[in-house]
Amino acid sequence: MSERTERSEGREGMPSQHSMTEKTIVRPYGDTTGDGMVQVSFTLPVPHDRRAEGAAVQLANKMGIDPALLVHAKPMGEGFTFFVVYGRVNHLVDLSAVRVVERGYPLLSAREVNAVVKRQLRRKLSVVGACIGTDAHTVGIDAILNVKGVAGEKGLEYYRELKVTNLGAQVSVPELVEAARVERADAVLVSQVVTQRDAHLHNTREMSAAFREAMPVGRRPLLVVGGPRFDESQIAELGVDRIFGRGTTPGEVASYLVHALVTNKRARVA
Amino acid sequence: MAEVTSRPVGKLALDPALVGRARELARRVGRPVVELARGHTTVSVERAVLRLAGVSGADPDGIPWVNRLVDAVVADVGLGHGVAVPVFDALAREQLTDVTLLAQQAAAGSVRFSVPAGRAATAARRAARRAVAVGVRRIDRRRAERERLVRRYGDPARRPWIYLIVATGDIYEDIPQAQAAARAGADVIAVIRSTGQSLLDYVPEGATREGFAGTYATQENFRLMRAALDESSRELGRYVRLTNYASGLCMPEMATLAGLERLDMMLNDSMYGILFRDINPVRTFVDQRFSRQVHARAGIIINTGEDNYLTTADAVDEAHTVTVSQLLNEYFAHEAGLADWQLGLGHAFEINPDVPESLRLELAHALLARELFPEAPLKWMPPTKHMTGDVFRGNLLDGFFNLVGTMTGQGILLVGMMTEAVVTPWLSDRDIALQNVRYVLGAAGGLHEDFVPAPGGFIQRRANRVLADAVGLLERIGEQSLLTAIAEGTFGIMRRPADRGKGLDGVARHEVGYYNPATEILEHSA
Repeated sequence: MSERTERSEGREGMPSQHSMTEKTIVRPYGDTTGDGMVQVSFTLPVPHDRRAEGAAVQLANKMGIDPALLVHAKPMGEGFTFFVVYGRVNHLVDLSAVRVVERGYPLLSAREVNAVVKRQLRRKLSVVGACIGTDAHTVGIDAILNVKGVAGEKGLEYYRELKVTNLGAQVSVPELVEAARVERADAVLVSQVVTQRDAHLHNTREMSAAFREAMPVGRRPLLVVGGPRFDESQIAELGVDRIFGRGTTPGEVASYLVHALVTNKRARVA
Repeated sequence: MAEVTSRPVGKLALDPALVGRARELARRVGRPVVELARGHTTVSVERAVLRLAGVSGADPDGIPWVNRLVDAVVADVGLGHGVAVPVFDALAREQLTDVTLLAQQAAAGSVRFSVPAGRAATAARRAARRAVAVGVRRIDRRRAERERLVRRYGDPARRPWIYLIVATGDIYEDIPQAQAAARAGADVIAVIRSTGQSLLDYVPEGATREGFAGTYATQENFRLMRAALDESSRELGRYVRLTNYASGLCMPEMATLAGLERLDMMLNDSMYGILFRDINPVRTFVDQRFSRQVHARAGIIINTGEDNYLTTADAVDEAHTVTVSQLLNEYFAHEAGLADWQLGLGHAFEINPDVPESLRLELAHALLARELFPEAPLKWMPPTKHMTGDVFRGNLLDGFFNLVGTMTGQGILLVGMMTEAVVTPWLSDRDIALQNVRYVLGAAGGLHEDFVPAPGGFIQRRANRVLADAVGLLERIGEQSLLTAIAEGTFGIMRRPADRGKGLDGVARHEVGYYNPATEILEHSA
């Protein structure tokens, strides 16, 4: 183990320094600079035989792995075969052409979110959530707020420094505004799943208008809306601060809240 | 349960007096909650009674007739008398024989309900009891059928039973996957429910093909999957068990449907809904007691959810909360008539692998559960919190999880996936995970015989410390009450006051003359 580690470190030393200064074109690294070696695994819906192995090599070749070394093939269930392939790819990676999609805020862990709120806000950050209008689908708001969370990530209730009030389904806009006032909400999260006759858009506009009417600019909570059919760029049109689409996780929402309400607060006011 | 001697016993040299004290405290903490449950009913308990009495199907909007009927009764006379007497009184007055037909007429507004007195009340009680007894007898027949099939096909050749999850959202896609999993070695198939089903206050109807990250639990889906696994059992020569969830707002109905369709195990935790789904505590405890009584009658093994504590809290610091929850789950289960062989008490391999001696800590905790509940088929759950997407490390971690499972003689092993938190398991992920299980059980299946921790060593000391901490926590809870402890956030970090949470409006205190024929039958069966 240690011998191998030393060996690979020894080999890596020179080229990595080199690449730090000028190299922008790189290839995958197996055990030698420039060898282009990769390892992939996949399943094909064919029974295991010689033809299946040939098919795996063909797929690897089409993926740019050439030569492709089929190191493992195993029948799985009825009519499926699992493969592990090692091989060399010819592709080059141009580091200067890499475009990073900006989230606009850093993704923080629950611990980091708690630490930032505790240190910089010095009180609990109050979040009020609801499904408004006739929408009874609490799947979205519960996934974000409930401790149980979604996809292995805990919901906002789990965050020690967030005070979460989940009003549930079919909450009227005046009830939501009142709850936000009582809970001194820093942020209001609204989930809209039902989209018949654009109900989600009407409801959201009604909600943002009500908050604008009821509270002066500096006192208004951050308005966040989420649901599978929203266009994330319609912020201005709907009068909200942020829109989250399908597949959003609690961690993304928490990180955004911290960004907008704590770490980048001045930017929002300005 | 423990012998009256102060000599340390078992592989962990536990103090029998301390073990006895832990059980006594659990009883003291749990008893007021049982009393509370005995004095209340819920809409879901009453709907379960109607299901046993034969009400089935749903209106054109998909709202079950049991919901429509309970709503109609509640609108006229409230919930506190139970629905059985008002419903069977109306049935006699309307001269109907079919309760579902009555539900349809009630939904149309053409039936009024009242609480009868005297002879009419006695007649309604008798008719309700007769109708519900038919449903209970059907559950009895299902249980006998299971026992017959187990005798015919046999149980898995070894413990732990291998438990695998299927979840496509489409029951017709789940079926071939479940059968493939059984062929690949699964002894128990769990069909995960659609996200959010636990918060629906009705049970959807029919075969379903769309769900979010899971498949809706419906009576028809239960029936289809059980029939498919009966086929697999015949093919494989071992009885393949089916699991679903008796949790959430419809827990009593889920338990009832599981009994009617011969499901074999049900996830059924006394506090999970309160802590993790923000369901009202009173609603949960009332629903819990009824659903456990049904499970007891149906011969269903319950699986409790202690793994959830460890995914929200630290698995080392909070290890004793698992023990406390197991003791409470045991108390509530026994009180409801469940036998030890039906207690799939849960725990999990969730210690951060970077913690020094993490494997020894896991062994101590897992063995503690084994020693405390020697007759229970403990459910051992895999790492999820520290699965990072590094599938290679994840596979190693799952191997250690499997090893601890076999070394400590666990009863049910939920197969860990190295792609946990990455994707829903692929065919190949499941195959690799099962290969991992087979290797460990094959190579070390009898290791629990040899695994006797050194006297006074790390593992013994750790287990005794966790037990002592559990007793300390039970003492603190006993000083106030379980409901107060839950309200103040003693379990996990969630505060759940008894007057808050979902489903509270579906709870009612018993009025004088409350009658529930199902409870009457179930409580006098044991």
